[in-house]
Amino acid sequence: MRRNGPLALIFHTIFVIVMVAPIVVVCLVAFTPEGFLSLPTNGFSLRWFRAIGNYPEFIHAFWVSLGLGALSSFVALLFAVPAALAIARYRFRGRDALAALFLSPLMIPHVVLGIAFLRFFTSAGFGGSFAALIIAHVIIVFPFALRLTLAAATGMDRTVEMAAVSLGAGGWTLFRRVTLPLILPGVISGWALAFIQSFDDLTMTVFLAAPGTETLPVRMFLYIQDNIDPLVTSVSACVIAVTMTALILLDRFYGLDRVLAGKGDTGR
Amino acid sequence: MSTVAEERNARAPWALTAPALILFVGVLLIPLAMTVMLSFHDWGQYKGIEPVFILKNWKEIATDPYYAEMFWRTFRIAILTTLLTALFGAPEAYILNRMSGRWKSIFLLVILGPLLISVVARTLGWALLFGGNNGLVNKLLMSLGVIRSPIPFMFTETGMVVALAHVMMPFMVLSVWAALQRLDPQIENAAMSLGAGSITIIRRIIMPQIMPGVLSGAIIVFSLSASAFATPAIIGGRRLKVAATLAYDEFLNTLNWPLGAAVATLLLVALVLIVIGSNALIERRYAEVFR
Repeated sequence: MRRNGPLALIFHTIFVIVMVAPIVVVCLVAFTPEGFLSLPTNGFSLRWFRAIGNYPEFIHAFWVSLGLGALSSFVALLFAVPAALAIARYRFRGRDALAALFLSPLMIPHVVLGIAFLRFFTSAGFGGSFAALIIAHVIIVFPFALRLTLAAATGMDRTVEMAAVSLGAGGWTLFRRVTLPLILPGVISGWALAFIQSFDDLTMTVFLAAPGTETLPVRMFLYIQDNIDPLVTSVSACVIAVTMTALILLDRFYGLDRVLAGKGDTGR
Repeated sequence: MSTVAEERNARAPWALTAPALILFVGVLLIPLAMTVMLSFHDWGQYKGIEPVFILKNWKEIATDPYYAEMFWRTFRIAILTTLLTALFGAPEAYILNRMSGRWKSIFLLVILGPLLISVVARTLGWALLFGGNNGLVNKLLMSLGVIRSPIPFMFTETGMVVALAHVMMPFMVLSVWAALQRLDPQIENAAMSLGAGSITIIRRIIMPQIMPGVLSGAIIVFSLSASAFATPAIIGGRRLKVAATLAYDEFLNTLNWPLGAAVATLLLVALVLIVIGSNALIERRYAEVFR
């Protein structure tokens, strides 16, 4: 194949700089020793990271986000793993329709989902509760959990299972000792991707969160609406760090390119 | 197909999918139906929501030019964002695809990684770079004497489009990149051996083949931009409303839920129609590529 010419490389360099600049700037400003928004030109300081400690609502929101992400991704997998096994292994009437339904949260704008859940949970009498947030997040992360589990279940070597069956394993034992370990990388990656989606969601959660159940993106958004100061950059830097950790986990278990290549392909 | 599956009974797939199906009907389809219903209810400052069936909210959206202007702004921003991502994302995907193995995976990670980083943090970055007098780029350019007053970015449509294009760019690169993977590099070599110059190769060989990728990327970017909330809310502030931020205001500030539900329903229906329609068009036009 032909190599890239100098013009192409200049374009590429500018493109990459523009893509990373906003993210790098947030992380750099977080280390400023000054009391206002500026790049840390006079040395690095952790004062704005320490300042987070004076805002208990950010700390609380962080734990809400972490708990919500971990729990809703786990619950989503409880539903997604059996569904993925059924879709991967059986050809039955309504299979395509079911798969489309399960992936539909990708297609429905999150603002619409937020409104629908707000109306639903308020009518049901537990609007603004943590339980409502969990259920809503289970729905929005479900497609991610399903897709990666489905990929693992489809690519799995079935002969091992048949061997186990021939040796007398059945039902639960077969699943726990043979099937689950084989699809585990897909399940863990599904969990990590679902966690990131839940951890970063603002649009839907902003409709559902009440004081006390505000997640970190919601807290940050409400804070930014009033003023932008270095505090919110240090909080953002922490959020980016958590996401990066989950990304590395994903890369280790699954390969990031495979995860992302599935993601853009909405609903297909 | 599997032999194990055939031995078991036909109810197994339904038993396995039943929990998820019940979950989706119970807490996705029912709430969505309730939202559509809500858009037909009445609302008053003092009486709150009245569960009657009237077309008041739909009439208001249809007749008040404020809503027409707002929806037109929403779709204008989405279209410009889509064009911007196609204009820069497609060439970048092509350049990326021609890189050697190691660089390719590094830069793919750099460009696609932001997809998973909080939209709030990414938009905040733009606010830091261009936000008024304190914006870092503005400060730098002003101190160099390139510009006298800060580049207007916050609370402008331009700002919204640029920041949204940055947020959506990975989807476009990804989509075009996927199309490039299906492309046989030998065709390019064949064209070269027949004497085609690089511009001819790009125009006659590459462009037609990556077009389905650009178009399906465009559908994703368009639908996500038209319903985007965080970026328009942070860059546009309270003045420049788009559909998602307007619905948010109706729900959490004005508390006119039925009107907000009507805006959301209209957005959903419009997007579903546009996405399904353009998908069908693309698949008909490029049937041979999808086969």
